[in-house]
Amino acid sequence: MLPADRLERVWSWGGATSAMSWVYRPTTIGGLHEVLALARAEGRTIGLRGAGQSYGDAATNAENLCLDTSRMNRILEWDPASGRIRVEPGVTIGQLWRYTIEDGWWPPVVSGTMFTSLGGAAAMNIHGKNNWKVGTIGEHVEAFELLLPSGEIVRCSREERSDLFHAAIGGFGMLGCFTSLTLRLKRIHSGLLEVEPIPIRSLGEMFDVVEERMDAADYLVGWVDTFGRGRGLGRGLVHHATYLRDGEDPMAAQTLRVASQELPPTLMGVVPKSLMWLAMRPFTNDPGVRLVNATKYGLSALEGRRRYRQSHVGFAFLLDYVPDWKRSYGGGGLIQYQTFLPAATARDVYREILERSHRAGLTPYLGVFKRHRMDPFLMTHAVDGYSLALDFKVTARNRRRLWEHAADLTRVVLDAGGRFYFAKDSTLTASQLETYLAEERVQRFLALKRRLDPEGLLVTDLYRRIFRGPDAMDKEARDGRISP
Amino acid sequence: MTAPLPWRHAIVVGASSGLGAAVARQLAAGGCRVALVARRAGELAALARDIGAATGDPARALAFPHDVTHGDEVPALFQRICHELGGLDLLVYAAGVMPRVGADEYDLAKDRSIVEVNVVGAMAWCNPAAERFARAGSGTLVGISSVAGDRGRRGNPAYTASKAALDTYLEAVRNRVARLGVRVVTVKPGPVDTPMTKGMDRLPLLVSAEAAATELLAGAARGRRVVYVPAKWRPIMFVIRHIPSFVFRHLDI
Repeated sequence: MLPADRLERVWSWGGATSAMSWVYRPTTIGGLHEVLALARAEGRTIGLRGAGQSYGDAATNAENLCLDTSRMNRILEWDPASGRIRVEPGVTIGQLWRYTIEDGWWPPVVSGTMFTSLGGAAAMNIHGKNNWKVGTIGEHVEAFELLLPSGEIVRCSREERSDLFHAAIGGFGMLGCFTSLTLRLKRIHSGLLEVEPIPIRSLGEMFDVVEERMDAADYLVGWVDTFGRGRGLGRGLVHHATYLRDGEDPMAAQTLRVASQELPPTLMGVVPKSLMWLAMRPFTNDPGVRLVNATKYGLSALEGRRRYRQSHVGFAFLLDYVPDWKRSYGGGGLIQYQTFLPAATARDVYREILERSHRAGLTPYLGVFKRHRMDPFLMTHAVDGYSLALDFKVTARNRRRLWEHAADLTRVVLDAGGRFYFAKDSTLTASQLETYLAEERVQRFLALKRRLDPEGLLVTDLYRRIFRGPDAMDKEARDGRISP
Repeated sequence: MTAPLPWRHAIVVGASSGLGAAVARQLAAGGCRVALVARRAGELAALARDIGAATGDPARALAFPHDVTHGDEVPALFQRICHELGGLDLLVYAAGVMPRVGADEYDLAKDRSIVEVNVVGAMAWCNPAAERFARAGSGTLVGISSVAGDRGRRGNPAYTASKAALDTYLEAVRNRVARLGVRVVTVKPGPVDTPMTKGMDRLPLLVSAEAAATELLAGAARGRRVVYVPAKWRPIMFVIRHIPSFVFRHLDI
């Protein structure tokens, strides 16, 4: 029997799905072993969960165990001379930069929120607004230790167990649980970035500007006004940012202080941001977002390309600017539909995606555009091309239509050689992905999983949905994985 | 059925016949995965096969033979069922017995068996469901009581008392968990054409098990606290409940 008091509702970050799981939050490797033993004794699977920042069901595991590593959050070693840091998997990006910035080091790759854990970041092989330039976070991991389902802890690096190194990064928690990660950070000479906003009138211009800025910029990110239509389809704003060189910031010692990085708790010095999601709520609908987006676009066009300096935190963690903003989406939550397309097909496909969304009456409320490059990891989602991330509001009424719409877009994306990202996905199914699942590299990954996890101990709802089909639970029962 | 059912994973206790079986069939037809719980393994397996054939999904209904008077088996079985279903958002306790009791019969063994199934069994199943739903912050718990629970009737003291106990128990559980987002529904059918009422005469407003199941599921889906089946029983029982005891004593109802 599993103890009733461990049973919790575990949410996807977007809040559109959840699962009931027995949640364990150990602080030690001994605690991890206990969870493995418990799963075996009870005939249950284990879903690994970091900070729970995946938009969909990548870190939930319905009716089974959830191993939450967020309390394994010690910084184990730090060398401010080389920028090499060894951390436990539950250390968050926020914890990391606060620890290292005053020594002049910044995480080389960060997500749009600082609440992600490094274990989760490595398992998903996250990218930032500098993906085309520095690759994914995996490319800055020197080594890690991985607890395998067998209970053995193995050390992996590019030299040591290179296959496993390249499979566990991006392996979405299917091969083992990181117990420590060694990363190399990025040397910075100022707490500020030089930022240039570039108003964008159309989708074509978005591509052109990003393409032409790739050499000069350290970070490039495009905001798309998803309500733009016709000639204004894909209009928005690109932010181009560069690091400051040594000596460019006369106040570097001050700007590198944690205190000067922290996001302000109030808006314009008065409005508490903790309540801003409430103020956003009346606008989180089609006319509201249309109005807000048009205003944002209009203001940015008026202001033009006025350059300014902004803190790393202010630039990098846009999603943290309004705490709990996702709550403005209401009870149905949101999903993000992010696709990665090769440079050759991206222009047409993104036009098609936006137009189809308008036609379906399902306009996303946020669109984020980025440039990417290939990386050497087995389950990579990378392409030499672009990604467009679209946030869709989910309601009880639109849910079915939204999933059908996503399936419709997925066909277009797959035909154009596109890829998807498990940290974001909520809608893909095994039958949509037959070709992908038959790919040699996916088969190689699954063979590795069978070898390292022959009992099928590590499972998530996403894994069940994509890799084992909708009736995996029944198969599991028939195969006797479930105890009598 | 007009509105689609809001549940995806359900347990029906007392599913082998009568109202429980009808509820299980309709839930399965509405897209729900159903765990069938009852004492008679043969009937249960047949119903599971039936549902499998009717829905084209052999795993739509899963059979779990269990005697509700064995309450100590419930916690482990409940946990196992939730696992095999892949979730739980509805539990229907439809098990109940109503042995014939003579006008001058006072048989403790019979009375005890009624209370064991109608009350203790209900608690054995509703307790873990209420606990789980409270932790989940959602879920629907349906107890099949009876219009008989509204008054102490001369015909079957233990049966009416068992249904009154079930009503009060469900009301108390509702008061515990309603604020956590859990719905507790007390269903009060009048006579339903099931094996339980077979051979009985004088059955007012008799309805089929199918019609009763449709009506009670619709009421539960709408979040009603008390569902009379058919609805006509609500005003009738309102009147009957308000007949003073010294008058009721003289009435043969």
